[in-house]
Amino acid sequence: MSAEFEPVIGLEVHVQLATATKLFCACPADGAGKAANANICPVCTGQPGALPVLNRRAAELAFTAALALGGKIPARSVFARKNYFYPDLPKGYQISQYEEPFCAGGSVALPGGRAVRLTRIHLEEDAGKLLHGVGSEKLAHSLVDLNRAGVPLIEIVTEPDLRSAEEAADFLAALKAVLQYCGVSRCDMEKGELRCDANISVRPAGSRTLGTRAEVKNLNSFRFVGDALDYEFRRQCAVLAEGGRVVQETRLWDADAGVTEGMRGKEEAHDYRYFPDPDLPPLAAAPELLERLRIGLPELPAARRARFSAALGLSDYDAQVLTADRSLADYFEAALESAAGEAPEAPRAALAKALSNWVQSEMLARGGAEACPVPPARLAGLIGLMLKGTISGRIAKEIFPRMWDTGKAPAELVAELGMTQVSDAEQVAAWVAEAAAENPKAAADLRAGLEKAAGALVGAVMRKSQGRANPALVQRLIKERIR
Amino acid sequence: MIEPDIIHSQAVDIARRVREGELRAEEAVGAFLERARARREWGAFLSLREDAALAEARAVDEKRRRGGRLGRLAGVAVAVKDNILVAGAPATCGSRILEGYRAPYSATAVERVMAEDGVVLGKTNMDEFGMGSSTENSAFGPARNPWDAGRVPGGSSGGSAAAVAAGLAPLALGTDTGGSIRQPAAFCGLVGLKPSYGTVSRYGLTAYASSLDQAGPLARSAEDAALCLSVIAGHDPRDATSLRGTARDYLAESAGGLPAGLRLALPREYFQEGLDPEVEAAVRGAADAFAELGARLGAASLPHTRHALSAYYLVATCEASSNLARFDGVRFGTRAAGEGPRTLLGMYEASRGRGLGPEVKRRIMLGTFALSAGYYEAYYLRAQKARARVRADFAAAFAQADLLLAPTAPTAAFALGEKTQDPLQMYLSDVYTVPCSLAGGAAVSIPCGRTRAGGPIGLQLMAPPGGEGLLLRAARAFLAARPFPECPALNAAAGPALGGLP
Repeated sequence: MSAEFEPVIGLEVHVQLATATKLFCACPADGAGKAANANICPVCTGQPGALPVLNRRAAELAFTAALALGGKIPARSVFARKNYFYPDLPKGYQISQYEEPFCAGGSVALPGGRAVRLTRIHLEEDAGKLLHGVGSEKLAHSLVDLNRAGVPLIEIVTEPDLRSAEEAADFLAALKAVLQYCGVSRCDMEKGELRCDANISVRPAGSRTLGTRAEVKNLNSFRFVGDALDYEFRRQCAVLAEGGRVVQETRLWDADAGVTEGMRGKEEAHDYRYFPDPDLPPLAAAPELLERLRIGLPELPAARRARFSAALGLSDYDAQVLTADRSLADYFEAALESAAGEAPEAPRAALAKALSNWVQSEMLARGGAEACPVPPARLAGLIGLMLKGTISGRIAKEIFPRMWDTGKAPAELVAELGMTQVSDAEQVAAWVAEAAAENPKAAADLRAGLEKAAGALVGAVMRKSQGRANPALVQRLIKERIR
Repeated sequence: MIEPDIIHSQAVDIARRVREGELRAEEAVGAFLERARARREWGAFLSLREDAALAEARAVDEKRRRGGRLGRLAGVAVAVKDNILVAGAPATCGSRILEGYRAPYSATAVERVMAEDGVVLGKTNMDEFGMGSSTENSAFGPARNPWDAGRVPGGSSGGSAAAVAAGLAPLALGTDTGGSIRQPAAFCGLVGLKPSYGTVSRYGLTAYASSLDQAGPLARSAEDAALCLSVIAGHDPRDATSLRGTARDYLAESAGGLPAGLRLALPREYFQEGLDPEVEAAVRGAADAFAELGARLGAASLPHTRHALSAYYLVATCEASSNLARFDGVRFGTRAAGEGPRTLLGMYEASRGRGLGPEVKRRIMLGTFALSAGYYEAYYLRAQKARARVRADFAAAFAQADLLLAPTAPTAAFALGEKTQDPLQMYLSDVYTVPCSLAGGAAVSIPCGRTRAGGPIGLQLMAPPGGEGLLLRAARAFLAARPFPECPALNAAAGPALGGLP
C-alpha cells in the first residue's frame, strides 16, 4: 500500500538559545533543578507596567544560527504579539516574530548531501508550564510554573522537503550538530531545548501536488520523530487507500500508545491577531555585528567531516562519528595535536586512526568527551607511552580508566603501578625458561613443531610478568630458546 | 483648622525651603497628607500612603540633619496616578480587576521622584485603565472638579488634576495617551505637560496604548512642571522605547522669558465647528497676549486632523486589547468562578466580565475586532497610515513655526453625567489633544482664561519631539504675564458639600 504513496514532510523546530538569561528580562534561563517559579520577575510574570528589553546575546545567537544555516538576514526584523489566552502565557500574548522574521531561507545538508531548504527562522519567547498533578496524584486545580516563561527560542521552519521519517531524523541530527557547533544551543531534547512539530501529508509517488497535511505535535525525541511520522504516514495511506480523505488537523503523538490522535479542531479556531509589538523597536542587524559573528563561526560539521576524511585519511564512518559532536571532534583534534608532538616520527594518518579507535571505543563508552575528565594532552601522553613501547596496548587500556577516575598523569600511574614494560632480555629469558619448565607438555609440543603451542607459553610468561613483559620480545625468545 | 501657607506654595519653593532647612519635610508632607485625608469628597485619591509618606519625609529630614545633600524634590509631596506603580501601594488603575493588587515594584518615574527626595503621597483616581475623559469611568466613583464640584475634573488623570487644584498635593504625576494630562489640566486650571514619546520611561506605567502612553506632570505652575520633568525624564534601560538625551534641566531651559520672534502658529483645523465660542475667544485672546510678549503669530494647517480621532481610537484600542489581556484572573487581582462547571474559559469570562467596566470592554472589543483576520488591513494598517500622515502634517507645520497654539479641549469642564451616556461625545473631548499624541510630539496645557461660570479654560502649546524646553519657556513667560488665579477650593474651610449628583 505505502509503496504507491510517498510522505511529504516539513518540520517546525523550536530551539532554546544558550543564553544565561531570558529573552526580555534578567532572570536565569536555566530552570534545571530549580523550584517552580524560582526564576521569575515582574517582566516574565506579566505584571502591570513591566516592559520587555531584548537580550542582546539572544539576538547574537539567533544571527549566528542564521549565518551558519546560510539564511538571509534582513537589515531589520520586527517583533510581533501573538495574542491568545492560556494560563501559562502571563501577558496574554507571546512576543514572537511574524511578517518580518530575522532570517529568511537557509538550508541544512543531509548526510547524503541533499539540502533541505529552510523557509524562515524567527525569534520568540517560551511560555510557562502547567502542572495538573504532583507525582501520580491528580490535582483538583492546576498549578502554573513560569520558570520557562520568557526563555529565548528560535523557531526554524523547513520547506516540505523531507521524504521519509528517517530523513526527518537525519535532518534533526544535522541541524542539531550545526547549532551545537556554533554554540547557539545545547539542543538537549530531554530538557526540551530542542522540540519538534511536523507537518506531514502523503501523495501518490511521483506526484507534484501536495496532499492535505496534518500537524503532529509533541515529538520530543529523535525516536518519537521517527515513530510518529512512520505511524502518521501509514495512517494517512490507509485513509486514502480506503477512499477516504485526510483531514487538516493538529494531532498529538502519544508515545505510550504509539499512535497520533486528533486534537478535535481545537487549534484551528485560533485567530492570533498578530500585530507589531509597540514595546520593542525593530531588531536591527548591523553589518559590523554580522561580520564579527561570521568571523567567529567555527568550522561547521560538514566541512570538518570532509577534512577528517581528506586530510587525516579517516574513513567516512569514523569522520562522521567523530564530527557528530563538536566536543568529541575538538577533543580528538587536540589529542591528535599533542600525540604528534609526543611521537613526531609517527605518520599523521596512523596516529589519527589509533586515536580515532581509542576515542570511539574508550571515550564514547564512558559518556563522551564532555564527561571526560582526562585532558586531551594526557590521552596523547598515554598513546605516546604505548607507541614508544613503554607500555603495551593492553596496559594502556588498563591505565585509561584509572586516569579517568584519579586524574593522575599516565606516566605517574605507570610508575605507581609498576606497569612499565619489561624489555630486559635476561629477565624475559628467565621467565621463558620458568614457563617452559612449568608447562612441559606445551614446550614438548612446540619442540615437535606445533607452532600453536607457543600461545600457552606466552600466556604463562605474561602472567609471571603481570603483563609487563614486552610481547614482541617474549615471542622472539620463546622461538629462540624452546627448540 | 487654619491651613498652613504651604498649601499655596509651589513645589520649587517647598523643595528650596526644605533643602535650606527653613521647612521640615515632615511638616511639608504632613500638611498635604492631612488635607488629602480630610478632603476625600473630591474623589482625588484612591489610596493614601499614610505611614510610608511620613516615614519617608522624616528620612529626608534625617538625611539633612546628618549633613546629606537633599534632592531636587526634597519634601515635595507628589500625588501619583493609580496606573503608575509604587512598590507596596495599591495600583487599581481605577479597575475592580486590580482590586487588592499591590505593586511588587516601583515605576522608574517614581524611583526618580524618590531618589530626589520627593515623597509619594498616594495614588489618584482615574478613568479605568486611562480610558475616559472625565474620571467617571473609575470603578471607585468619580473625582470632582475643585472649581465646581458639579463638574468633572477631566480625565483620565482627573484625580491627579483634582488633587493639585484642590491643594491636596503641590504636584502630581499623570499619564497621557490621547490627552489624559492636558485635558484635565485645562479643566482644572493647571499646567499639564505631555512629554514627547520616549522622554519619560514607561517602565511601571500600566500600559493602555503602548505606542502613545507617556507620564508627565500636573502642576500649578510651569516652573513646577519643569522641575518635575527634569526629575522624571531620561533614558531608562528598562524601557526599550525610551530615548537618550532626554535627561535635561528643563527648569533652566524654561527660564529667560519668551524668546524674541518666537513663531507661534494657530492650526486652522483646531478652530472650526464644535469649538465652544467662549473657549475660542479665550484662546485667541491668549494668542494676542503672546504677540504682545513678542511672538510672531501665524497660521498653520494640519489637514489630516479630521482623521486623527478615528486613527487614535483604532491604534489605542488595538494595543489596549492586547495590553489588557494579562488581567485574566490567573496571577493577580480579581478571580471569579463562572456559573456551572468550573472551566478555564468560565473563569476567564467571569473574572474579566466582573472585573472590567463597560468602557474598557467596549475598547477591548473594538481593538480585538480591528486586529482580527480579514479586518487588520482595513483598520489597524489604515490607522497606521493615517497616523503617518498626521505625523507628516506636524513635521510640515513645524518647518514654519516653533510652536503651535490651539485650544486644549473644545469646551471647558462639563457637568458630571453630561456625557456618560454618549461615548462619541466623550471621545470628541480629545479631538485637539489626540493628533499631537499620534505625532509623538510634546504638548502642554496652560490656563488662559475663564468661562462666564468661572471655570478654567486651557490653551495648548505643541512642539516637535524634544521641544519640552521651549514649550515650558513659553508657558512660563505667558503665566508670568497673565497669572492665573488660585482655585477657590484652596482657601475653602472645608471640602465641597455634595448632593444632587446624577
